Amino acid sequence: MHVKNSARITKVNAKQNEISHHPMTELAKKSQASVLENLDSVRAMIKRHKRNDILFSIIGLIALMIGLLTLCTLFIDLVMDGYPRFNMDFLSNFPSRRAAKAGLLSAWVGSLLVMTVTFLTAVPMGVAAGLYLEEYAKKGWFSDLIEINVSNLAGVPSIVYGLLALGLFVYGLGLGQSILTAGLTLGLLILPIVIVSTRESIRAIPIAIREAAYAVGATKWQVVKDHVLKYSQGGILTGVIIGMARALGETAPVITIGALTFIAFLPPSPLTEAAPFINFDWLTSGFTVLPIQMFNWLSRPDHAFHINAAATGAIIIVVTLLMNGTAIYLRYQIRKNIKW
Amino acid sequence: MANVTTPIKAESRDLNFFYSNGMQALKSVNMPLYENKITALIGPSGCGKSTFLRCFNRMHDLYPGNKYQGQIIMQPDNTNILEPGVDPIEVRMRISMVFQKPNPFPKSIYENVAYGLRVRGEKNKRIVDDKVEEALKGAAIWNETKDRLHDLAFNLSGGQQQRLCIARALATDPEIMLFDEPTSALDPIATANIEELMSELRNKLTILVVTHNMQQAARVSDYTAYMYLGELIEYGDTDMIFTRPTRKETEDYITGKFG
Repeated sequence: MHVKNSARITKVNAKQNEISHHPMTELAKKSQASVLENLDSVRAMIKRHKRNDILFSIIGLIALMIGLLTLCTLFIDLVMDGYPRFNMDFLSNFPSRRAAKAGLLSAWVGSLLVMTVTFLTAVPMGVAAGLYLEEYAKKGWFSDLIEINVSNLAGVPSIVYGLLALGLFVYGLGLGQSILTAGLTLGLLILPIVIVSTRESIRAIPIAIREAAYAVGATKWQVVKDHVLKYSQGGILTGVIIGMARALGETAPVITIGALTFIAFLPPSPLTEAAPFINFDWLTSGFTVLPIQMFNWLSRPDHAFHINAAATGAIIIVVTLLMNGTAIYLRYQIRKNIKW
Repeated sequence: MANVTTPIKAESRDLNFFYSNGMQALKSVNMPLYENKITALIGPSGCGKSTFLRCFNRMHDLYPGNKYQGQIIMQPDNTNILEPGVDPIEVRMRISMVFQKPNPFPKSIYENVAYGLRVRGEKNKRIVDDKVEEALKGAAIWNETKDRLHDLAFNLSGGQQQRLCIARALATDPEIMLFDEPTSALDPIATANIEELMSELRNKLTILVVTHNMQQAARVSDYTAYMYLGELIEYGDTDMIFTRPTRKETEDYITGKFG
């Protein structure tokens, strides 16, 4: 109806111009009147339709603001509560019975080491699994089944991973309540995120590029190594970082496997002064992580500890935002040279 | 009909092809490709000409469930390249392909052309340099690119990208080159350049080209085949096909009554 009307209008406009040079006949006058009337109704209709545009943009803006403002308020609140603790001592002190002297040292070192294990397990396994499913696995009911399961795994409550890890890593494999156990658990937790993002970024590569590579005589592995992995690394990296940011804040599974809440020592350093400059004793060490330290302080009755908790919360949020920001930046940098 | 003194480079014999959904896209196609000649495939959309072309480098093997029946015999070794025992990678090393839309890799101009050599394990930089230059010259794009070999290929125009793709296909000294509607995404000037290039390439290799554009077939090819619904309706000397086609269907298509 829209199109028909506008076509008629242009035709009539042309006619109008023509008419203005000639004396107007009765008939022309009449048709002109009906056109003007029609034009008015078209304009009213457009106005009505545009009202929906405005309405939706208002609803969308409100929805966006509710989410964003809540997060901002939360963050500002944490910063205001926790600001007395924003100093180097807070990062370099062990936890203490006196709130003002308590610090995050063991927690952030623990988080860093656990994240290292998580990264080193989830990335190779997730990328290899995604690559296999996308490039090598025969498509059929079995691959569909795996696909559904992987997607479901991403939605499994994290405490279930904790229980699994307690049974499998802590007792089954006898790894104890260690950094290794925590890293593997969080690695399992973010594995589906890495697999899904790997598959999606592989799928985004156009068929024409693959065919071009095959057409010059490349084997499947050459296509994967020289093209598929190269062009999908931006997307994979984004998925990995977002997964890591999630793992950083996970509390439930780490508590389940028995992270300690009060640790006044550091795990043995991974780097040593004497050859071979590297040791793995830290893997079996007890540990705590940032969210657990925060949880611990929060559950104390003394308000002074709540300041510590707020400061920790703010730090976790900042680190998470920094990680996500890095993901966006890297994706932009890598995608810049790839256009399709 | 065909010039008897020209040797045959490859020949399809009773070639049937079935897509994984069971559709038969080629019906008993018998057709020769003469050495150092350009053979053009024409016909309406969906007639199987691209399917036929893609049999020559076993591109259909990339997708499960596709099935060939019959033979494509390649000379001088008399190999049936469709035989399951023949590795499709070997076939693709002998027969290269240029696609409908320019599809350079998101890499430098140099790396695009060198990729075929890299795949073959060529590590000697001097040899690769020489081959890249030779291929870019062969594809008539050397002058435009020699000062920016390490620029991204995406920064070239569409016509240049397509010539780059030809250089990529040329760098490995193929015996046959397949062109799947190589100019359908290009403007008339770029099209003219590609057509001229094809005529020159004929001296080095054998060409099979699928085209939607009948004038193009008439301009560049030595032999023309008209296909319809998966069958080869008529094959012959290009001049003859366009002036005195023996089949009514061919005439209707060429004169624009149909298609």
